Amino acid sequence: MQLTLWTYEGPPHVGAMRVATAMRDVHYVLHAPQGDTYADLLFTMIERLAKRPPVTYTTFQARDLGGDTAELFKNAAREAFERFNPKAMLVGASCTAELIQDDPGGLAKALALPIPVIPLELPSYQRKENWGAAETFYQLVRNLARPVEELPDLPAQNGAARRPRCNVLGPTALGFRHRDDVREITGLLDAIGIDVNVVAPLNAGPDDIARLGQADFNVVLYPETASLAAQWLSRNFKQPMTHIVPIGVGATIDFIREVAALAHMDAEAFLASHPSRATWYARSVDSTYLTGKRVFVFGDASHAIAAARFAARELGFTVVGLGTYSREFAREIREAAKLYGLEALITDDYLDVEARVAELQPELVLGTQMERHIAKRLGVPCAVISAPVHVQDFPARYAPQMGFEGANVLFDTWVHPLMMGLEEHLLGMFREDFEFHEGAAPSHLGRHSPTPASASAAEIAPQLHDAPRLMPMHQPQVHQPQTALQAGTTPTPVARGPASWIHEAELELKKIPFFVRGKARRNTERYALEKGLSTITVETLYDAKAHFGR
Amino acid sequence: MSTVVPILRERGQREVFCGLTGIIWLHRKIQDAFFLVVGSRTCAHLIQSAAGVMIFAEPRFATAIIDERDLAGLADANVELDKVVTRLLERRPDIKLLFLVGSCPSEVIKLDLSRAAERLSRQFEPAVRILNYSGSGIETTFTQGEDACLAALVPSMPARNDIEPNLLIVGTLADVVEDQFKRLFDALGIGPVAFFPPRKAGENPAVGPNTQYLLAQPFLADTARALEARGAVRLEALFPLGEEGTTAWLAAAAQAWDIPAERFEAAIAPGRERARQALMRQRPLLEGKSIFFFPDSQLEPPLARFLSRELGMRLVEVGTPYLHRQHLAQELALLPPNTQLSEGQDVERQLDRCRSLNPDMVVCGLGLANPLEAQGITTKWSIELVFTPIHGYDQAGDLAELFSRPLTRRLKLVA
Repeated sequence: MQLTLWTYEGPPHVGAMRVATAMRDVHYVLHAPQGDTYADLLFTMIERLAKRPPVTYTTFQARDLGGDTAELFKNAAREAFERFNPKAMLVGASCTAELIQDDPGGLAKALALPIPVIPLELPSYQRKENWGAAETFYQLVRNLARPVEELPDLPAQNGAARRPRCNVLGPTALGFRHRDDVREITGLLDAIGIDVNVVAPLNAGPDDIARLGQADFNVVLYPETASLAAQWLSRNFKQPMTHIVPIGVGATIDFIREVAALAHMDAEAFLASHPSRATWYARSVDSTYLTGKRVFVFGDASHAIAAARFAARELGFTVVGLGTYSREFAREIREAAKLYGLEALITDDYLDVEARVAELQPELVLGTQMERHIAKRLGVPCAVISAPVHVQDFPARYAPQMGFEGANVLFDTWVHPLMMGLEEHLLGMFREDFEFHEGAAPSHLGRHSPTPASASAAEIAPQLHDAPRLMPMHQPQVHQPQTALQAGTTPTPVARGPASWIHEAELELKKIPFFVRGKARRNTERYALEKGLSTITVETLYDAKAHFGR
Repeated sequence: MSTVVPILRERGQREVFCGLTGIIWLHRKIQDAFFLVVGSRTCAHLIQSAAGVMIFAEPRFATAIIDERDLAGLADANVELDKVVTRLLERRPDIKLLFLVGSCPSEVIKLDLSRAAERLSRQFEPAVRILNYSGSGIETTFTQGEDACLAALVPSMPARNDIEPNLLIVGTLADVVEDQFKRLFDALGIGPVAFFPPRKAGENPAVGPNTQYLLAQPFLADTARALEARGAVRLEALFPLGEEGTTAWLAAAAQAWDIPAERFEAAIAPGRERARQALMRQRPLLEGKSIFFFPDSQLEPPLARFLSRELGMRLVEVGTPYLHRQHLAQELALLPPNTQLSEGQDVERQLDRCRSLNPDMVVCGLGLANPLEAQGITTKWSIELVFTPIHGYDQAGDLAELFSRPLTRRLKLVA
C-alpha cells in the first residue's frame, strides 16, 4: 500500500484509452464499475477533444455483482459493435473488474464478432498508464500488422521511383504536444527526402496498422509508448528503429543523421542549410545571464533526458537534479544523470520530488503539472516539459517540442519565466527597493502584488525605473551575491546547524535576493558548522560567500 | 404528483462520477478532516482529475493505493493500512478527523474499513477520531458520497436531551450561504440553529428527539435515516433553490417554530425582493428555452422546478441517478404535468433522445459537454452546480446566470 497525494500516471487502462482515442475505427470495451467513466473528461476537458473517447464501460454496480457481470460485459460489447461499427475492438478490465475475473477476452471471443477483437491484459495493481499504452499499441501491432509478403508490392527502391519510407510511432491522445511533434517531424522527414508510411497510433486506423510492414524503418518518437511495438517490428519485419528522441537542436541533428543512415542518404547538405534560431539566441549576448542557472528536471524519461541535454549543452544551465517517474526507464535515466555528475531521482512519489526540489533550491524547475505545483509553492519559476499536463499545456497554437521549431519553443518557454539578466543585476544593487520584495515577479510577467501598498508603488514605478536601468551596463561587477553563493556547491542535505544568527547577520541576509536567500542561509550555516562557529555574524556571511565562491 | 408520463428507468452505461468525488468539496468544508481513500491508482487518478485545477498547497485527501502484495496476501493489507495512516498522521498533526474511504477494489476484496477505523481510533484517540464510509462506484453515485460521509458522522454527534426545540440544517453549503441563512434564522427568531457537516471536526452539532432538521441537499437519504434513528424529525420542504424554494424552505422552519406570518414576511422580504429582482433580469434570457438534464447530482428535480417555475424554461427530460420520492415529494408535485423524468441511465440511448429532441440547453457531465458543444448543442456542466454557491435568496440570480451564460455566450460568439 502506497500513500499517494498526486499520481504522475493513471492506471494502465487509461494508457489503453490514450491509444484507442488517438485512433480511428477502434473501439474499447472496458469492464469497469460505475465511476470509471471519469477518464472521458481527461480527453474532452483537458485535451479539449470534440469527440467522446471510443470507449464503452460496463459500469457495473453492487447489485450486478450478485448477478451476472459476464453477461453485462457481453451485452455491452455486442451493443458497442452494433452502434459504433468499429474495424477492430479492444477488450479489457479496469482495476475492479480485474478482481472479479470475468475474462473479457474470452467473453468477447464467444460473441464471434466479424472484426478482430484484441484482449488486453493490463495488471492494474502493478503497472501504470504509460506501460498500458505501450502494451496496447504492441497488441494492436501484433494482432493487426500483416506480414510483408501479404502486402501489395511497392515500386522498387533502386532508381528514383520511390523515396525511403518510415513509420512514425508513439504519438497518442493526451500526449504532451504529440499533435505538433508529429507535424514537425513529418515535415522534417519530408524535407530530407523520406516519406512517412504510417503515423500510429495517432490518427491511424486498423487498416494503417495492417500496412506498417511497408516501411523501411521505424521512427520511435515516444519510447514510453512505442518501444515495445517497434522492437517487435524490428524482430518480425526486420525494420530497424531510431533511438534518438529529437528534442533540442543537438538531438534533432543527431536524429536527422540517424534517420539518414537508416535511409541510406546523406543529410549533411540539409543540415548545413538549416541553422537553428534557438542556437543563435542562446549565443546572443543577452543570454549570458542564463549561464549556470541551476535547473531541476523531472518528467517521463525521454522528455527529462532530452530536457537535461538541451538545458546543459544548449542553454548553458547547470543541471542540479534529474529524475523520472518512469521506472521502466530507470537505466536510461541513471546513465543520463551520470553525464551531469548526478544520482538520478527515480520515484513516483510526489512528496519525494517536492523534498528534493526544496533541498536543491534550483532557479528553474522543468517538470510536469505536479512540479508546476511544487515550484509554485516554493516560489521557483517553472516550465512544463512532460506529461502529465493540464489544459493550459494543450495550446491553441503550434508549439512542438521536437525538431528545430521545437527547440525554438523550448528556448522561449524555459527562458520566459526567468528574471532577465539586467533585472537580476538591479536586484543585486537595489535590493531594498520597494518593488524588489519577495513577491515581485520578473517585470515582463506583468504580475503585481495584490496588496494596495504595492499597487500604488506600481503606479509610480515607471518614473523610478528609468534612471537606474542603465547603470549596471557600466558597472556589471557590482555585488552579485547570488552567483557567488551558488557557485560550486554540490548539493548535499545538511541539517540546520547549531550556529545562531545574530540580529545584524539576519538583516544582512535579508538583503540577498529572495530566490537565492535560502541557499545563502544554508551555505552560511554549513560553513559555520564546518568551522565550528556558534554564532553567525555579518562577517561569517561574507566569509561563507567567499569560501563557497572559490 | 402531477406527472402522468411514466418515469423512464434505464440500465446501461452510466456516465457519472462515483462517490469519491464528494471528497473534493467535503475536505474544504470540514477544515481539519482528512480523507484517505483506500483504493487503486484509478481512485487517485479520478480524484485528481475531477479536482482539476483546484490544487491546494497540500490537499487534505490522499489515496492508499492497494498493490499486488496487498492482494496476494503477502502483506496483510491491514498492517499496511496502519502503516500508511501512521505516516500520514505524523506528517499532518493538524488533522483531527480521518475518514477511511472505501472504494470499488476495497469493497470487492472485502477489506473491512469499519474494523480498521475502530482499531486505529483506539490507537490515535483522543487526538484523532477515525471514521469510515464507502465512496465506491459500485455503491455510490457522485453526491451519494457526501450522503455516506455524513451518515458516518451522525453516530458521533453528541446527544441532545434537553426539551428546547433546535434546528439542524443538513448538507454541505458554502460557508457564505450558511452565514446568510444564519442571519435569516436569527431575524426570524428561530434557534438554536446548527449546520451539519460542521466546519471543524470538534464542532459536530448535537442531535436529539427535539431536533428538527431541514435538508439543504436532495441527496441525503442515508444521513436522514441516521438522524431519525437519533430522534431527529425532518421538516418537509422544497429545497432552497430559487426564490420560491428558499421561501418555502424557510417557511417550513417558521411554521415549526410558530413564527407569526407578519414576522416571517418582514424577515424574508429584503432577501426575497433581491432574488426576485435578480431573476427578473435573467428571465428574458431563459424563458421558453428547452432544457434536457443528464443524470448527475440528484439536484436535477429541484433545479428543474426552479427553472420551469421561476424562469419559464421548458423541461424536455429531467434525468437523475436516483429519485428519492419521499424527500422530493413537494418538488415533484410542482413540476409541470407530463414532465419526462428518467432515473438511472443508458448514456447512448439518452444521447440519441437528446439529439433528436434538440433542446436549447443540455445539463451534463464533463465527459459529454465538449462533444455535445461540438455538435452545436449548448451545454451547462453539471459539476459546476455542485461546486458553486447556489442556495438561498442571494444566490438565486447566480444560479439562473449559470444557465443563461452559455446561451448568451453562444449568441455573442455567433454575432
